[in-house]
Amino acid sequence: MAPASTGQESRSRDLDKLLLRPGNLVGHNFEPGPGLRDDLKEYARVLVVGAGGLGCELLKDLALSGFRELEVIDMDRIEVSNLNRQFLFRLEDVGKPKAEVAAKRVMERVSGVNIVPHFCRIEDKELEFYSDFSIIALGLDSIEARSYINSVACSFLEYNSDDTPQEETIKPMVDGGTEGFQGHARVIVPGVTPCFECTIWLFPPQVKFPLCTLAETPRTAAHCIEYAHLIKWDELHSGKSFDPDDPEHMKWVYDEATKRAELFGIPGVTYSFTQGVVKNIIPAIASTNAIISAACALETLKIASGCSKTLPNYLTYNGAQGLHTKVTEFVRDKDCLVCGPGVLVQLDTSITLQKFIDLLEEHPKLLLSKASITHRGKNLYMQAPPILEEMTRSNLSLPLFELMGEVPKDVVHATGTTTKNDKKTSCLRKLRVIFKGVDVITDVDTAGES
Amino acid sequence: MIRLFKEKEKLRAQNAIGASPFTKQSAGKLRLNKDMSELNLPKSCSIHYPDGKDELMNFEVTIHPDEGYYKGGVFLFTFQVAPIYPHEAPKVKCKTKVYHPNIDLEGNVCLNILREDWKPVLNINTIIYGLYHLFTEPNYEDPLNHDAAAVLRDNPKLFESNVRRAMAGGYVGQTLFPRCT
Repeated sequence: MAPASTGQESRSRDLDKLLLRPGNLVGHNFEPGPGLRDDLKEYARVLVVGAGGLGCELLKDLALSGFRELEVIDMDRIEVSNLNRQFLFRLEDVGKPKAEVAAKRVMERVSGVNIVPHFCRIEDKELEFYSDFSIIALGLDSIEARSYINSVACSFLEYNSDDTPQEETIKPMVDGGTEGFQGHARVIVPGVTPCFECTIWLFPPQVKFPLCTLAETPRTAAHCIEYAHLIKWDELHSGKSFDPDDPEHMKWVYDEATKRAELFGIPGVTYSFTQGVVKNIIPAIASTNAIISAACALETLKIASGCSKTLPNYLTYNGAQGLHTKVTEFVRDKDCLVCGPGVLVQLDTSITLQKFIDLLEEHPKLLLSKASITHRGKNLYMQAPPILEEMTRSNLSLPLFELMGEVPKDVVHATGTTTKNDKKTSCLRKLRVIFKGVDVITDVDTAGES
Repeated sequence: MIRLFKEKEKLRAQNAIGASPFTKQSAGKLRLNKDMSELNLPKSCSIHYPDGKDELMNFEVTIHPDEGYYKGGVFLFTFQVAPIYPHEAPKVKCKTKVYHPNIDLEGNVCLNILREDWKPVLNINTIIYGLYHLFTEPNYEDPLNHDAAAVLRDNPKLFESNVRRAMAGGYVGQTLFPRCT
């Protein structure tokens, strides 16, 4: 056995094989050397979103892959049922915030790593909070939360006048997801690879039973549970909303579902199945999380260091029958409202909203007639319904520059109709408005760096 | 990208990055705006925005059927639209207590496009037309109010008079309906 060399060399020995040696299959701008290893520690700040099954794995994997500045955000507290796979947690941690315990446990085990926990909702943080990170790694279980973080990361993205993304404004994301024996890992580089919204159609629609089936002709245990949850609850608790995290509420639904199942002679209603149906719980498998997290951590390392080319750009894993894994290169939606460049429109500051709407009709790339205009969630003008048209009509005679808060440039959205092949189609477009002759404040300008 | 991260970290340390005006776009909100700007409602339907012109995710629709059993009634619906709209259908409730085979006494509505048949290509206009249709063509095959459905199927004349009585404010069986005309 070799003498124990308790130095930096032994700890990063394997990582050094990736970071210190040149190669032919490396990423763009890869500069191997000890400096890279040190820079990863010092300058790569990674945010892990979610401290559950995937989040625990991700924190551990990233800490062991040479990242030292990590933060983690999660709004949940630890539950007993988490303990089989969320391995950073112990029985005595039940009830404590996941983010705080996860951060503490990884810091105890991996010396030198610094993890800042945030016990709150992702929506509670300002956009500036997210802007500070180099890479965002997602270990989430909902479409809503992914869509939110995606829109945040894409909001930092800016485009050059030739519609190429400005590299310094790109906020890369690595997204993992698991469902039982299946999982995915994907790399989202806004402006370069498809964002979450470009491919939202990948998600199958949620199964929703017709209410009248629940009320009249239940055939399965799930029908009985949803009847108790969606119909019976409202009937007997007028005004009180159902809380899936309240065990008494869940027990009530279970009891009602059991009665209904007996009435119709349907087997299979159990307490845990009730929880599963009501909270949409899919059984989680520890090894699936480990595999997906490993892929995500590796991609994070590749993006940061350039030691290899990144995954192009969507990996699926299926361990249900044998093992199947595959990488698919999805393409961007060039008109994506969230990550796309939009159409560049240069305007004089004197132009009124009415004149702007007229201009969109003549703009060769748009040919958009009867446009309604929205800016940062504010409806500047709405063509319909009449009530909104009336409320926004007075804006038409005001200069757009003024309506947009006198900023030199910003994004607005326009909906209207275009004529394609003699057919009128409605469309929603993103517009990058730049006002002529207004000084653009230099924002994230890395002076010559590209 | 480490060189870029390094530059940015240095700038951040010097507080050199000013608060830039980021614009976060919720695709759901944009899509809902599009639906709204294209609304083309029948005369008997109107829409209201309790939270003002910029908060469209929660809104109300009033239906005044101009034909059929429910002619002369006024029915209020609330819509709640999720940020991931149109991936998920809006949540719709009927706030007017109504004697109707497809609407229960809690305001749950049995309309296929609100649940099992929702598709992202559908829109708010489609749902409002669907709701309107429930009043012109109530249907006993998808009952939420079992009693009302049975009466409509077996005795349309009695159904009609029950609807009249409920809308005028009165009892049908054991249930009291507030006036809604």
